[in-house]
Amino acid sequence: MVDTCFLSQGLTTLAGLLLLPFGSLAASQIEDQAEQFFRSGHTNNWAVLVCTSRFWFNYRHVANTLSVYRSVKRLGIPDSHIVLMLADDMACNPRNPKPATVYSHKNMELNVYGDDVEVDYRSYEVTVENFLRVLTGRIPSSTPRSKRLLSDDRSNILIYMTGHGGNGFLKFQDSEEITNIELADAFEQMWQKRRYNELLFIIDTCQGASMYERFYSPNIMALASSQVGEDSLSHQPDPAVGVHLMDRYTFYVLEFLEEINPASQTNMNDLFQVCPKSLCVSTPGHRTDLFQRDPKNVLITDFFGSVRKVEITTETLSLQPDSGVIESSYKKDQMVEELMEPLKYAEQLPVAQIIHQWSCMNVRVGL
Amino acid sequence: MGLLSDPVRRRALARLVLRLNAPLCVLSYVAGIAWFLALAFPPLTQRTYMSENAMGSTMVEEQFAAGDRARSLARDFTAHRRKSGALPVAWLERTMRSVGLEVYTQSFSRKLPFPDETHERYMVSGINVYGILRAPRAASTESLVLTVPCGPDSTNSQAVGLMLALAAHFRGQIYWAKDIIFLVTEHDLLGTEAWLEAYHDVNVTGMQSSPLQGRAGAIQAAVALELSSDVVTSLDVVVEGLNGQLPNLDLLNLFQTFCQKGGLLCTLQGKLQPQDWTSIDGPLQSVQTLLLMVLQQASGRPHGAHGLFLRYRVEALTLRGINSFRQYKYDLVAVGKALEGMFRKLNHLLERLHQSFFFYLLPALSRFVSIGLYMPAAGFLLLVLGLKALELWMQLHEAGVGPEEAGKTPGSSPPHPPTQGGEHTGPRQGLDGAETGGPHLPGTTAGLHHPHQLLSGLPTGRQHGACCCRHQALWTPAALHCPAGADEPSSYTPGQLVPVAGASGSTALPGRGLAALPGRTGPGRAGASHLRLPALPAAGSGPLPLLAALLERALLEVTEAARSSPRSLLPRK
Repeated sequence: MVDTCFLSQGLTTLAGLLLLPFGSLAASQIEDQAEQFFRSGHTNNWAVLVCTSRFWFNYRHVANTLSVYRSVKRLGIPDSHIVLMLADDMACNPRNPKPATVYSHKNMELNVYGDDVEVDYRSYEVTVENFLRVLTGRIPSSTPRSKRLLSDDRSNILIYMTGHGGNGFLKFQDSEEITNIELADAFEQMWQKRRYNELLFIIDTCQGASMYERFYSPNIMALASSQVGEDSLSHQPDPAVGVHLMDRYTFYVLEFLEEINPASQTNMNDLFQVCPKSLCVSTPGHRTDLFQRDPKNVLITDFFGSVRKVEITTETLSLQPDSGVIESSYKKDQMVEELMEPLKYAEQLPVAQIIHQWSCMNVRVGL
Repeated sequence: MGLLSDPVRRRALARLVLRLNAPLCVLSYVAGIAWFLALAFPPLTQRTYMSENAMGSTMVEEQFAAGDRARSLARDFTAHRRKSGALPVAWLERTMRSVGLEVYTQSFSRKLPFPDETHERYMVSGINVYGILRAPRAASTESLVLTVPCGPDSTNSQAVGLMLALAAHFRGQIYWAKDIIFLVTEHDLLGTEAWLEAYHDVNVTGMQSSPLQGRAGAIQAAVALELSSDVVTSLDVVVEGLNGQLPNLDLLNLFQTFCQKGGLLCTLQGKLQPQDWTSIDGPLQSVQTLLLMVLQQASGRPHGAHGLFLRYRVEALTLRGINSFRQYKYDLVAVGKALEGMFRKLNHLLERLHQSFFFYLLPALSRFVSIGLYMPAAGFLLLVLGLKALELWMQLHEAGVGPEEAGKTPGSSPPHPPTQGGEHTGPRQGLDGAETGGPHLPGTTAGLHHPHQLLSGLPTGRQHGACCCRHQALWTPAALHCPAGADEPSSYTPGQLVPVAGASGSTALPGRGLAALPGRTGPGRAGASHLRLPALPAAGSGPLPLLAALLERALLEVTEAARSSPRSLLPRK
């Protein structure tokens, strides 16, 4: 009997010895998974969707914006985290033969207006000033919460803009425009105020690529529907409604997004290929040089969805501090700060200097 | 010296101009005619295109199918009309109300100025009936009009039937953003004018009409419909309106796109589209169409009820259904669909039609010539007049080089042409010498270079007159001198008033030695009337001196103030 005990003990030890490498392998797998868990540095998602043109014949711009809104909402971003700006009301326009609907596919296949759309900035409230205030957060304190972009430094923000544009500008409401320089400066303000972690900027206008030419803040990825000198074209007219329903680029982006679900692992490189020249007639462009991560590691749902990641594990694991993504972004700023001398307030009214100057002047005059 | 201030060169230039003038005139005239005829050919004509964004390139599908209803309504209308002899107002009101419109009537009457004064004047009176379809979801700020003019000779009953059927169809749609007014007028254009005047609250033709009870906002566009029978072989479109005014070309483009879409045969001036542009037939036909349009515009008549709408800046067309001997006939449904499509597209408008041309000529329905391209033809023809005037001036100038002016004006400080200096002096001296007066007939110095130099010598107060004068000087060179130079003393008899063609009377200034004549009193000669001008030579001296004196007045306003200069003038020969 003692022999069996010894034998069982030995067998257990042997089993334990044999299983040890497997255990460590499993442990490293868990750590890899944990690593993946925090791969992207964001904890919340926001979306700012802007349609800048009004009038009935610009129906397609509203339909564009609403289709992105629909996808973004479906993939998990709640209305409280979406700022939707529509410059005109197409659903309730007297010319709409089907009131309270906005269709994206002809023959009324898909109503992107839906039942629970929540428009934050509507009609004449969509102005350049309001847009920039939303982005930079310089908003009067009386603004309701639904009209604010309350993002922090762990937010991934999707910004989608559509309308009529040209080389270096985007037209708002037929009366004003925003230039690419203003936009780039607004993003820089957002960066300095730590209002985003990563930003995806999509624009569907004529000559859209000119709008992202001037960006200079880190962690921005940009897509546009056409290059400078090209027009973005509309997709299909609907004879029942009497207008063009969608623009080509956004139509194919919508079709692409309809395939995405919160668990999909599709990455940004697929989004870059979504509309080849044969379908879009214009040449879509993108810009990733300001972005830290490789686009193939960036999931679509990092920007278009708000994915609550849940992983069930039975092992324990020790968490390492986050990898270099965050540190590298702040390191440069810190170094710059150390080199500068400490700041002090400038004198608002240098009295001594004024008196000195005055006395000098009097002497010269001969008083 | 410069080309024009050097008298020798100037004379050479004058002779050159005189020699070349006749060929240039002929050439210009021929160029004008040729340009006009060339307007019908492809390089100068352009294809029509829709300029208005809101009415863009998308088509709408038409769903009108109530052809039978239209025909039965037309039959009823004819029957009632025959019974009552005039427009069956009660029946129309009832039918419109049953279709769902707000119905109003308007009575009007007009005393026609003919046949003649002696007999009792012919009184025309009638009643217009109109129904308003209110836009279901929009404020009634804008409206469209579909009008069917009914006259005693042209009953237009099929058009009334179609209009009522269309009204019933439109009433069932919810996509109207503008009100639609369905108007039936009596006595054709008289009724239309009465309605329009009452709608816009003006009275330009002296019509007595009752005020309108129902109104629908600013009218954006109107279509007048005339159908002679219930099947049509082609639709003729008429654009020329009152006084030759035309609707915006976009309205015609809209009609043309629906013609193409529905496969309707559409004509302009009763002519089909020229198909064959390679041989001579196509261009010849388009020249004919172009000339017909020019003639119709020139006649000034409104060639349809639409012509009266244009005066109120309401773009309007008349569509006439023609039933001729052709195999393929279109029924009322096809016409109704075209109208439905047009109205639906007009519904998309946000502003008045303003993007496309207001002045154009149409060699064919799908081609147009804009004013920028047909104006040069008229310009060439007017150039002939300008060349002739230049020739005349040069002739007078040549004739007047010899004799010199002499003496002073008997009166004091007359306005005299400053350009007196003799041939050798520059204009500045002429300015100075202006005050020494007399009929310093604008002598030898050419007027062409004068204006700016004259202007520089003027006190600022005179600037207005000077500017005017400069303008005139360029046009009618002032440097003419009166060929009757020898007659000066007699020709400047103080107080003599010479009737001058175009002068609107003269104001004699007793205190002065000269009769003051008003300035060129033609239109556009502002500011000259207050200036005193020398008396014209005696009427008997002949037309040429008279003309010369007239032309001389161009510079005279300028000189009025230049009297303070001490230097003496007249380097005369």
